[in-house]
Amino acid sequence: MPALPILHETIRNLYFHVCMWFAMMFIFTVSLIYSIKFLLNPKEDFDIIASQTAYTGMIFGVLGLITGSLWARYTWGAWWINDPKLNGAAITMLSYFAYIVLRSSMDDAQKRSRISAVYNIFAYVMLIVFVMIYPRLSQVDSLHPGNGGNPGFNTYDLDNHMRMVFYPAVIGWVLLCWWIASVNIRIERINRYNYNK
Amino acid sequence: MIKIRNFLLLIAVLCGCNVFAQNAPAGNVEMADSMMSSGKMYVVVAVVLIILAGLLLYLISIDRKVTKMERTINAEKEQEKK
Repeated sequence: MPALPILHETIRNLYFHVCMWFAMMFIFTVSLIYSIKFLLNPKEDFDIIASQTAYTGMIFGVLGLITGSLWARYTWGAWWINDPKLNGAAITMLSYFAYIVLRSSMDDAQKRSRISAVYNIFAYVMLIVFVMIYPRLSQVDSLHPGNGGNPGFNTYDLDNHMRMVFYPAVIGWVLLCWWIASVNIRIERINRYNYNK
Repeated sequence: MIKIRNFLLLIAVLCGCNVFAQNAPAGNVEMADSMMSSGKMYVVVAVVLIILAGLLLYLISIDRKVTKMERTINAEKEQEKK
């Protein structure tokens, strides 16, 4: 563990808070791929996978926000600050909440899957713009490491010992996220099967 | 039916545990001094607890979904018997 001011032992949150966002990015990417697949080839199964992975990603995003907020309280001094990355993440979470609202607001299954697939692509673009691009462009530097014009990992306060734990942790959380998503997908498949019977 | 009732009871107990688990970090927040002590290690503990509580809550919601599905399937089966 590198000895850092302000952060102290909370640097260990890297294995939890940061991994939440990695898992969320992974699962939203899967969701995007299946939304595009659905638009190219409207199979019901693609819609199930796209929607359930998006729901699972929301869980990880919300957990990421809460843990980040707590971490910020004890390192940056406030629950929420006007940081471009924080606001960007909040906006993306809202746009994915809108995805859920959009889905539940339509009764016609065909229309619902098509419109939500289009919206999902839009939401993913929002995610990339607000989480990856906007914090780097904005005039105010984010307090997150790796922002303010620098590419992500080089400026991380990671030393090699932490990397040895961090990368397997990322893989582990991503796999856990995929596991939860696959359970959701299977439940939804059975649900639809029962409904169509 | 008794089986289902026991199951619901278990869920209720789990929910109770969970509410408690969620309160734990919030309780620590009041005492900022202790959170700041030992190199802010308790912030990490609180973060881990939040994630655990969140995932447990989600697991319970999945469990409820499955229970609902089981009920509909069982109801259909009973209808078929009649």
